[in-house]
Amino acid sequence: MSGLVLDPVLVARARELARRAAEPVVELARRHTTVSVERAVLRLAGLTGTDPVTGEGSAGDEQSVGRVPWVNRVVDAVRDQVGLGSGVALPVWHALASGAAPGLQALAEQVGAGTARFSVPAGADAERARDAARDAVAAGIARIDANRTRREELVATLGDPPRRPWIYLIVATGDIHEDIPQAQAAARAGADVIAVIRSTGQSLLDYVPEGATRTGYAGTYATGENFRLMRAALDDVGVELGRYVRLTNYASGLCMPEIAVLAGLERLDMMLNDAMYGILFRDINPRRTFVDQRFSRMVHARAGIIINTGEDNYLTTADAVDEAHTVTVSQLLNETLAKEAGLEDWQLGLGHAFEIDPDVPESFRLELAHALLARSLFPDAPLKWMPPTKHMTGDVFRGYLLDGFFNLAGALTGQGILLVGMMTEAVVTPWLSDRDLALRNVRYVLDAAGNLAEDFAPPAGGFIDRRADTVLREAVDLLGRIADHPEGLIQAIADGTFGITKRSPDGGRGLDGVVATGPDAYNPALELLEREVSRA
Amino acid sequence: MPDGTIVRPYGDTTGDGMVQTSFTLPVPAGPRAEGAALQLAAKMGIEPAMVVHSRAIDSGYTFFVVYGSVRHLVDLDAVRVEERSYPLLSPAEVDAAVRTRLRRKLVVLGACIGTDAHTVGIDAILNVKGFAGEKGLEYHRELEVANLGAQVGVPELVRTARARRADAVLVSQVVTQRDAHLRNTRELAAAFREAMGEARPLLVVGGPRFDPAMAADLGVDKVFGRGTTPGEVASYLVSALLPQEATA
Repeated sequence: MSGLVLDPVLVARARELARRAAEPVVELARRHTTVSVERAVLRLAGLTGTDPVTGEGSAGDEQSVGRVPWVNRVVDAVRDQVGLGSGVALPVWHALASGAAPGLQALAEQVGAGTARFSVPAGADAERARDAARDAVAAGIARIDANRTRREELVATLGDPPRRPWIYLIVATGDIHEDIPQAQAAARAGADVIAVIRSTGQSLLDYVPEGATRTGYAGTYATGENFRLMRAALDDVGVELGRYVRLTNYASGLCMPEIAVLAGLERLDMMLNDAMYGILFRDINPRRTFVDQRFSRMVHARAGIIINTGEDNYLTTADAVDEAHTVTVSQLLNETLAKEAGLEDWQLGLGHAFEIDPDVPESFRLELAHALLARSLFPDAPLKWMPPTKHMTGDVFRGYLLDGFFNLAGALTGQGILLVGMMTEAVVTPWLSDRDLALRNVRYVLDAAGNLAEDFAPPAGGFIDRRADTVLREAVDLLGRIADHPEGLIQAIADGTFGITKRSPDGGRGLDGVVATGPDAYNPALELLEREVSRA
Repeated sequence: MPDGTIVRPYGDTTGDGMVQTSFTLPVPAGPRAEGAALQLAAKMGIEPAMVVHSRAIDSGYTFFVVYGSVRHLVDLDAVRVEERSYPLLSPAEVDAAVRTRLRRKLVVLGACIGTDAHTVGIDAILNVKGFAGEKGLEYHRELEVANLGAQVGVPELVRTARARRADAVLVSQVVTQRDAHLRNTRELAAAFREAMGEARPLLVVGGPRFDPAMAADLGVDKVFGRGTTPGEVASYLVSALLPQEATA
């Protein structure tokens, strides 16, 4: 893949501006923790299950979905008694080291019974609590490491998909026991990556539901048990097919850090994880998002998980030509924040999408220009190529053609991960036959033109080259405006720089879960993960 | 085109009744599956039917494309549709009407309620960008528009509507699993009725799977279905909310 020759000075300037714009956000993340980060620490230490007594926060779903996990109960109790400024590890492992309970699970039950008492230790007691917490969390990280090794072994023995792009298919029934046969059928039909879409409300739940769930809306709850069940099913079908089938879910919303941990513990392979999506599209508080996001990305880095970012969303809400540069800006911000958290290029499934109005003249050439710009700007990142949704009108025949052009653009511009478009987009959740037809569309294009990239070199100064240069220049302008804000990205978002909407640093959901850390704050997971980042 | 009020589907000859359809049966591919497809087609009124394509999906399913002549007749006299009961206005006409007849800005709130995170519908109607070549309601100088975005709670929507003295509340619903759109809409109507009674704002819902004839049943003032444009919504708001022009 030759790609375009971009102006190297402009590219360097774009990266430098992105780094500057993101700097205050990284600083903010270093100085704060959140309830979800602290709950993730307890999950790494092995605390599971729900309080059988409490049931508030019900998702209006079957009983188990609405039950409060122990990790929430413990973090809330610590917060009520001593605050979270020191983190949850010091008070919890101080209580354990003082003999309050024989183990974390038993301590959680004391919290449930209302008898647990927490205090923040100092001096030798603090040292003892830190050591114990580090050991407990290290066990969880060891399991994540073992999963990463296991994935590498499975890929080595079973094999990777025979070609790029990897074919990425969604299942979304709401019922994990329906998802499993659908996912297996999809893998047999050619899918390399299965994504299980989450129940629509989940990103705004401030806890992770537990257990196998059957009652999601337009998707299936992300739970540790659902992850485990689907992972096992895809491993089975992988053996049958002789290729490792990857599993994807969503580390986004209010429980991003915890879901990242669950993904590492259950060997998921890719996670949707965008720096700004929750802020702009879900009205989740910006501070909460950036703190949660940094932690979740450190976990993904360690777990060898590929993140998928959500730039396609900019194009579904705004004009895909006028706003093309916002995709580039977001990709650069996602890249800089991801690298700061320890992710490597091969883990950056930066998103973009085929969303230009097909009635716009030269729309396909414009799509190629945008796709090649991303390819050339991030030559070592897998890039996630998203199908048309906005201009899928219910005319399924035209939609099938549009998806064919989308597939062709993906092949021609060397995209790494291709999300399979459905001709029934905006009509129904995909039927069995829709998926089959969609996969045949992909297969036809890849068989017929998969290597066409080799012959495709848009000339310098031609339409595609000029368009890519224009978009890159617009992106640099916007990045400059963001970097010049005194508080960088956060203030830029508040001012509506991204066009879509204005989001104040103090607005949105989840701000009450953000806590400034004190001088004695201790997060054993961060310590263990940061050690890894600095080694890299 | 034939005259008269009885028509049949048109393939390439008047009265040929030709239709094409596709479906999947949970039957392994083979002659028995094709027979099953023909049986279904016959029960759908397609007779004679031709299975022009069949293909195995996974191991236990077969996908069919069927062509054939449908024996049913369409009686145009018996067709009932909800005709638009208000004139379609241009953006300039909408603004002029608000300016001269309301003499203040018309306040419009929009949101997706329930767990629905798909804001494409409400955004298409409200965002300046608009839809189908028509600018959204935010484009109107005389409309004061607030788009509350996704997953707005009904109580919050009622509170905001009251605080902002909204004239109209627009709600879009895309997710329809288990009829969530209908349930959410009824909840919306009930909440506004309870909180504000007769003083409630005009309630307008829309989404691709709504039946426009359901407004009364759902307890709202207007239901918009698939393909609704911002201009239609703006025109409706003018006709429903503004005092009628004095006719000579």
